[in-house]
Amino acid sequence: MKNTATDVLPAEGGLGNEPLLAVDDLHVEFVTRGGLVKAVNGVSYTLQPGETLAVLGESGSGKSVTAQAIMGILDMPPARIPKGEIRFRGTDLLKLPEDAKTQIRGQRIAMIFQDALSALNPVFTVGWQIGEMFRVHRGMSKRDAEKKAVELMDRVRIPAAKARVHDYPHQFSGGMRQRIMIAMSIALDPEVLIADEPTTALDVTVQAQIMELLAELQRESNMGLILITHDLGVVADVADKIAVMYAGRIVENAPVFDIYRHPAHPYSKGLLESIPRVDLKGQELYAIKGLPPNLLNMPTGCAFHPRCPYRQDNCVTDVPELYEISPVRNSACHYWREVLDGTDG
Amino acid sequence: MAPTDEVILEVRDLVKHFPLTQGILFKRQIGAIKAVDGVSFDLHRGETLGVVGESGCGKSTLAKLLMALERPTSGSVKINGRDMARARGGELKRMRRNVQMVMQDPYTSLNPRMTVGDIIGEPFEIHPDVAPKGSRARKVQELLEVVGLNPDHINRYPHQFSGGQRQRIGIARGLALQPEIIICDEPVSALDVSIQAQVINLLERLQDEFNLAYIFIAHDLSVVRHISDRVAVMYLGKIVELGKDTEIYDRPAHPYTQALLSAVPVPDPEGRQNRERIILQGDPPSPANPPSGCRFRTRCWKAQDICATEEPLLQIRPGTSHESACHFAESHDVVHSA
Ligand SMILES: Nc1ncnc2c1ncn2[C@@H]1O[C@H](COP(=O)(O)OP(=O)(O)OP(=O)(O)O)[C@@H](O)[C@H]1O
Ligand SMILES: Nc1ncnc2c1ncn2[C@@H]1O[C@H](COP(=O)(O)OP(=O)(O)O)[C@@H](O)[C@H]1O
Ligand code: SF4
Ligand code: SF4
Ligand SMILES: [Mg+2]
Ligand SMILES: [Mg+2]
Repeated sequence: MKNTATDVLPAEGGLGNEPLLAVDDLHVEFVTRGGLVKAVNGVSYTLQPGETLAVLGESGSGKSVTAQAIMGILDMPPARIPKGEIRFRGTDLLKLPEDAKTQIRGQRIAMIFQDALSALNPVFTVGWQIGEMFRVHRGMSKRDAEKKAVELMDRVRIPAAKARVHDYPHQFSGGMRQRIMIAMSIALDPEVLIADEPTTALDVTVQAQIMELLAELQRESNMGLILITHDLGVVADVADKIAVMYAGRIVENAPVFDIYRHPAHPYSKGLLESIPRVDLKGQELYAIKGLPPNLLNMPTGCAFHPRCPYRQDNCVTDVPELYEISPVRNSACHYWREVLDGTDG
Repeated sequence: MAPTDEVILEVRDLVKHFPLTQGILFKRQIGAIKAVDGVSFDLHRGETLGVVGESGCGKSTLAKLLMALERPTSGSVKINGRDMARARGGELKRMRRNVQMVMQDPYTSLNPRMTVGDIIGEPFEIHPDVAPKGSRARKVQELLEVVGLNPDHINRYPHQFSGGQRQRIGIARGLALQPEIIICDEPVSALDVSIQAQVINLLERLQDEFNLAYIFIAHDLSVVRHISDRVAVMYLGKIVELGKDTEIYDRPAHPYTQALLSAVPVPDPEGRQNRERIILQGDPPSPANPPSGCRFRTRCWKAQDICATEEPLLQIRPGTSHESACHFAESHDVVHSA
């Protein structure tokens, strides 16, 4: 007998020892004309209710592809997932039947995209687009859905929501559009919210508004938040813990205070040292040398080795595992002890 | 090399209004977008002036005016004491040569069908006196070397380079005509953090080597602080505060500057709960219809009646050592006051 969706859906309520969301040794690759692009090569992180996890990494490091795998919005093919698990409340989403997946993704796990303008449909009013969540997933009437849309626009503090519910996306500023995206994503009270560079295209003043809004929504509902960013300032401001990605792998997982004080991977250390600091004005900035790797032609051993000041001979041949430093910290570096000690490479 | 006292660029009351028109057949002007609306400052030889402000406040328009890519509605730009609007023929050409630009987007600002050699050497076509035909390839290779690229890659195309490398190509092109002034409009914003530091170091090294003056436009305020000698803060087409980097960052006097600085996340989690945060409400008003008096008053928590009627001028205010445009200017260290 085939399982019905409700049989396999993870229950709400207590979690026991299982995290709310656990990505475990996830691999994602794309079959392209240029060859096999291994975009994600073993990503593991966990998220608890109410927690903010920042995923940090430069462009192309696999942050968005990981998020898309969690949301189940990768086009397969060209994408495929040869290995790994994505557990939501203990249930592996990758093994769920289609109908069960759609009840979780978009509803209990929601996402805000990098580019609000292109994620919104230009030919429908914002009220219609927010209301769609309620019409499709909750079977509400047009009128009730519109009422809900106004409520949500109020909740994300769009001034004069009632008057603007019939406006189109292009009639809003970038910051307002991002608020509309946020309204859509929290419409169904998700337990996990993934925000992929939600403020990258915005001014710092607007960024501050949006980050404050996200923090408030999180406090109200105890959502787990995955914040994807490359901004070390935003991370320091809001994250409880950090996952640093490089070339499709997690290179370091750590609580936020630990990593800013004592990074345990040469890449995270280099990033932190390259931030311009007031006391170093007039001096040359520390710069990680070289270029990010080409995923079609990855370095052997540790992918960071061509740029690493700590490199030893075995780094060129042996892929470092994600070594456990403490129950809440790990680092994918053979020489994490030296990096932690601050002895220079 | 430290900046000198010699003024190399003098900008006075510079204004650029773009007409707002209505109608298709008979275009009627119904107003104007006041993109730059009365901007004055000096730039000294070898100095870096940072320009910061929210999107749409007029930074890129200012850059284009300085490059003579846009004609000012009014006001003047003088280079080495000569008014750009009055210059003609050979003199205008020389003045233009002296101001070069590095653009934000290394992906779209380079012509994909031209080789790197053609891109960097293109300015020589317009100014053949700088490099006679026979010497150009060697000149381009020298420039590639100066910006840290392999001179053998002269025949490659832009797509064969990474973002950071493309930005170096843009910088090499900017250097080709040996300008004294380079305008950098968001030169590192499109680059990864690990690459930004490389490009900033390069710009600083070139400044020392060639005694360049920079106008450095960027939205990353910590990068601006690192590279700038002085900083201008813009709001809706006007400079609202202008001072040395320490004056702007440690003793900002204008409420907008204070809000801007407090909104910048500090890359250190220590003490984050106690940090002062001024969150501005709403968006900046439209530059087509700026508020009367002080343009910031619709978002300012200190606004009084006078702010709606009297425009505050950019000047040194009591209790401060640098210029600000606020009737109630008052130094306040927002970043360290926690
Ligand atoms: N050619 C034009 N015609 C009409 N309006 C224009 C034109 N160029 C710029 N503007 C307007 O002038 C104002 C200032 O634009 P500008 O590009 O200088 O802003 P900016 O400060 O560089 O912003 P950003 O940080 O987004 O680059 C904006 O309102 C813009 O829409
Ligand atoms: N549909 C696709 N086909 C081929 N390669 C892809 C596709 N989507 C993403 N990639 C590649 O996967 C890598 C990781 O991308 P992404 O997760 O978007 O990076 P980021 O960390 O910037 O979010 C990149 O090299 C990207 O080019
Ligand atoms: S494993 Fe080796 S090359 Fe990789 S980060 Fe550690 S020291 Fe550097
Ligand atoms: S002049 Fe008035 S409105 Fe303008 S910044 Fe100062 S206090 Fe605020
Ligand atoms: Mg991305
Ligand atoms: Mg601009």
